[in-house]
Amino acid sequence: MRYGWHSVLKQAFEGLAAVAPAWRTPEPKPVYDVVIVGGGAHGLATAYYLAKEHGIANVAVLEKGYLGSGNVGRNTTIVRSNYLLDGNVQFYEKSMQLWEGLEQDLNFNAMVSQRGVLNLYHSDAQRDAFARRGTAMRLHGIDAELLDRDQVRALVPFLDFDNARFPIQGGLLQRRGGTVRHDAVAWGYARGADRRGVDILQHCEVTGISVENGRVTGVETTRGRIACRKLALATAGNSSRTAAMAGLKLPIESHVLQAFVSEAIKPYIDQVVTYGAGHFYVSQSDKGGLVFGGDIDGYNSYAQRGNLPTVEHVVEAGVAMIPGLSRLRLLRSWGGVMDMSMDGSPIIDTTPVEGLYLNCGWCYGGFKATPASGWCFAHTIARDEPHALNAKFRLDRFRSGRVIDEKGGGARPNVH
Amino acid sequence: MIVTCPFCGDRPSEEFGVLGDAAPVRPADPAGDPEAWYDYVYLRANPRGAHREYWHHVGGCRQWLVVTRDTTTHDIAAVEPARLAKQTAPEKGEP
Repeated sequence: MRYGWHSVLKQAFEGLAAVAPAWRTPEPKPVYDVVIVGGGAHGLATAYYLAKEHGIANVAVLEKGYLGSGNVGRNTTIVRSNYLLDGNVQFYEKSMQLWEGLEQDLNFNAMVSQRGVLNLYHSDAQRDAFARRGTAMRLHGIDAELLDRDQVRALVPFLDFDNARFPIQGGLLQRRGGTVRHDAVAWGYARGADRRGVDILQHCEVTGISVENGRVTGVETTRGRIACRKLALATAGNSSRTAAMAGLKLPIESHVLQAFVSEAIKPYIDQVVTYGAGHFYVSQSDKGGLVFGGDIDGYNSYAQRGNLPTVEHVVEAGVAMIPGLSRLRLLRSWGGVMDMSMDGSPIIDTTPVEGLYLNCGWCYGGFKATPASGWCFAHTIARDEPHALNAKFRLDRFRSGRVIDEKGGGARPNVH
Repeated sequence: MIVTCPFCGDRPSEEFGVLGDAAPVRPADPAGDPEAWYDYVYLRANPRGAHREYWHHVGGCRQWLVVTRDTTTHDIAAVEPARLAKQTAPEKGEP
């Protein structure tokens, strides 16, 4: 069903029984053209764009849990395209443009809110680095404004501007950045893919990948064997495990990242604000809770929960930036498993195994990339080669030395 | 997490710095096979389950340790001084 005022009106009179499910729950077919492993936002977006842009609709998305039970619901919902390095800039701007047209495209309210993303700077050196990044963005046609202290104060007067150690000198603002309701992204893409004929198979865990003569032939799952011509892995968090089923060893470690939400308060923070002297980013949800996060815990983990020292560390950074936070109570926290790549950038590529495609290494920047990730991955699968936008996100860039190290941290996943 | 340091006893994890996977072995020859260096610098088995990793007791005795920890439960099975720990061969096995 298409959503509009007439269907809302109709359902108001006919009751819940008239509301059709947003997607089907089909039985697995014995064979598909493309099988996508991972029913998160990236997998579902890939299925959607495969059907929409490339006319490939004989596609199954396999999800081991329920739809959207992984990292798409375990982030801080921020979208932005304020990157510096070649390869990243173009890719994330494509994502930003797709976010801007997403709701019309999907006919689904994803609550895309371009409320602005403000990165604070606290020193002359940091201002210079931000000026450089802002200039690089504008050269690519992306909006960026370097604000001084008074301009920042006019936007967010409650920050600790005169902090003795890290006084706030200004900020880099991308007004087109903002937040998107993450669950609705998964649901919108699922509904859009389903309407175009994609089978979404939930509670269907892949237990093995069949490779014959260097070519993928299918997968073993908890719901039986499914044959396919092409197999696409979109299993960030568990990429090392799924890729190992096909004999690949990846430049990736799994780490846990925690996020938090406070009790709901009246409108307080209009933008997304990030701290420049520590790792802390915050926005206010439409329900009123402050949604924030910081660093990963720093050790390998597949547990979807973190430990208390990181909670303390994140909250300390938050209170250093916004002293008023200390008066709030924490409502809840959660952890997601991140694919930490060795240079902090993702991989969207073909693999040495014929018919196997890889989408992984999102570190903790996967949510904002969702539309472009699906769009580029679909192109890579359909054409057997990367699009220009993901041509730098190759699997072999570590071997060839063409890493994209946005933060300059080196091959240490726990410092990205 | 509580780490039982062989020198200091039970200590909270925030006293430690984590370097990461203890499995990769540095190639002996700096000018040797680039593949061996690629494997050492970039590739990780990234296991779900038991994981041997280097921890540094930076807020205590400053000794390097090898901690065997479960990556699904965070339970620590063993802690040994790094200089006494046997370095394992590069893992080609299943994560």
